[in-house]
Amino acid sequence: MSDFHASDSRASDARTRILSRLRAAAPSAVPNLPEWSPPSYEPARRLERFRTMFEAMKAEVHDVDAATWPQRLRTLLDNRGVRSVLHGDGSSVGTQLESAWSGDPQAPRLVAYDRAVEEFKDDLVHRIDAGITSASAGIAETGSLILWPTAREPRLMSLLPPIHIALVEEDSIRDNLPQLMVAQGWARRMPTNIVVVSGPSKTADIEQTLAFGVHGPKELIVLVIRKPAAVG
Amino acid sequence: MSAEAVMSAEAKANGHGTAGSFAERAHIALNDKPLRANFRRTMDGLMAKRAAQFPDADDLARLRALGAAIKERALARLPELLEQLEARCTENGIKVHWAETTGDANRIVLDIFQSHGVKTVVKGKSMVSEEMHLNAFLGEHGIEAVESDLGEYIIQLAGEMPSHIVMPCIHKNKAQIGQLFADHIEGQRYTEDVDELTAAARRVMRARFAEADAGISGVNFAVAETGTLVLIENEGNGRMSTTLPPLHVAVMGIEKLVETLEDIPPLLALLPRSATGQPITTYVNMITSPRKPGEKDGPREVHLVLLDNGRTRVYADLELRETLRCIRCGACMNHCPVYARVGGHTYDAVYPGPIGKILTPQIAGLDVAEDLPHASSLCNACVEVCPVKIPIADILVRLRREAVRPSASKCVKGAGSGWTLSEASIWAGWKWLHGHPALYRMGTRFLAVAGNLIPSSVPPLKAWTSVRAKPKFAAKTLHQLARDKGFDDV
Repeated sequence: MSDFHASDSRASDARTRILSRLRAAAPSAVPNLPEWSPPSYEPARRLERFRTMFEAMKAEVHDVDAATWPQRLRTLLDNRGVRSVLHGDGSSVGTQLESAWSGDPQAPRLVAYDRAVEEFKDDLVHRIDAGITSASAGIAETGSLILWPTAREPRLMSLLPPIHIALVEEDSIRDNLPQLMVAQGWARRMPTNIVVVSGPSKTADIEQTLAFGVHGPKELIVLVIRKPAAVG
Repeated sequence: MSAEAVMSAEAKANGHGTAGSFAERAHIALNDKPLRANFRRTMDGLMAKRAAQFPDADDLARLRALGAAIKERALARLPELLEQLEARCTENGIKVHWAETTGDANRIVLDIFQSHGVKTVVKGKSMVSEEMHLNAFLGEHGIEAVESDLGEYIIQLAGEMPSHIVMPCIHKNKAQIGQLFADHIEGQRYTEDVDELTAAARRVMRARFAEADAGISGVNFAVAETGTLVLIENEGNGRMSTTLPPLHVAVMGIEKLVETLEDIPPLLALLPRSATGQPITTYVNMITSPRKPGEKDGPREVHLVLLDNGRTRVYADLELRETLRCIRCGACMNHCPVYARVGGHTYDAVYPGPIGKILTPQIAGLDVAEDLPHASSLCNACVEVCPVKIPIADILVRLRREAVRPSASKCVKGAGSGWTLSEASIWAGWKWLHGHPALYRMGTRFLAVAGNLIPSSVPPLKAWTSVRAKPKFAAKTLHQLARDKGFDDV
């Protein structure tokens, strides 16, 4: 870092000059923000909106129940020929998968994200078929998931593998992003990173033709854990 | 320095957007049929998609008013918010740097990289880094910067400039891109299959992401309240560039600030819908700190470079300041009848289209970009779609005026550079004639009789009549006609 010190005085001069030029400018009024109400949905319609929006973005949404989702996922992944699944080390998702799949020699290999990325970058970048994370919330309006990565469920799990599976509780799906931010008090406790995810990785850079998986996951599978009463 | 920065030295060097005037480049573009087809198809698609996203005009009006107010508030409080952003970022572990010019910003980035022994860098899409011509600068110092956004990667292979701020390679079709990949990517056959081309880019970029020593990104919004950098994208390359390498350097213009985290959702409701007609981008990436102890990924260091490059000068004038509300959605170019016909390279600048026509002359100077404020029919389409209600047409007229008659504040670089004796004399004569009724009457009567005798091949007329019929002078003046109809007070 010592190389910075030579330029430090020049840099702080730049800061002073930029700020003093801005302060020398004519002051303008600070307008009030007009009212705006983002869309809201009847509770019964909320999940429907969430599902419709995700499906329009080529993501899959499946209703699952809290006890049996690992079996359901097993079938979904089997159809895709998935051989390895990355999960958070010590996460409840990982624990559930381990207990459900452990007796099954045909099940995909479970890989825990238990080291710093530098220690197994090559595997992460090139060799894992799918990654599974929890989502801290869902948003109905835009069909989005809130990923709030932690030490247990790191950031790259939802980005590097070609398939991303996300588990979200039905109860955590809110109408819109502003409602969620305020309700959860984000501004007071911003973590290292939050990602709002609304589908698989995509591009339309070539002739406006949609293509998926250009850098991140080609597929996004959303498992909605239904409220016990709702699962028939 | 900054003049060179927003004008496309690279483009000229590569023979694209060839030198000369806007009119000369436009003439070439207008005769380029594939280019016109590429733009027409894309612009039509984007306009239809945006319209579908905003079915209710009242909702849209409310949202635009809010978007404009959010940016206006942030600009009104800009100096204190910049200090707040710096304080929050510093608390969060993000190191903040200030740069007055693109040259300073380039040196700051280079210093950071050299002190970390960086050799290869992956880049997310960033218009400010285009403004800095950062790739070329790093290349001169032995650091390879690879664009990872698919569109940016394609134009980097072609050695070109972006022709649109959101979709940088819309001037190319899949046949041209297929050829480019076959020529530049080892083992890649020629194909026009978009999925196959995309997969080829994924293969190449995966290896690049894994080996990169650092990542560079832009910033869509910086939140002063929390010190959070908000980046939006569809591809995931931005998340890669800001998560996988051990070092992340973000570059942003000082105007990209908002006050609070709650300001973000309305802007997110405006930007992707205005830009590409999507309800939201695939990823909204909010970065508040480098990797914390115990976390297993993310960069160990994050740096934020705040760039002025003429923005404080624009800020000095209250009318021109509205330019700085821009959130870089590109809706103005998508709806511009001029842009749709001549394409982005004709503007020969980092920011093309209507926003470029007001931004480039202010940053580079009217003396450098004198054509741009005139490259508009003032049809107002850009103003109607701008999500933050920038009065682009008013500012275009203001800049045309500044070019010949600088305002007292002298806040526009190169103001007055468009002044010519001939034009000034013509207007002086015009004014004099209209101030003397007897002379005016004589003049109009003379033209009614003799005007039709002036041949259309006379040089000053020829430029006009080469593409238009020469107007016929009526035998009677309007005043005479009115009197004939019984109006006796004319």
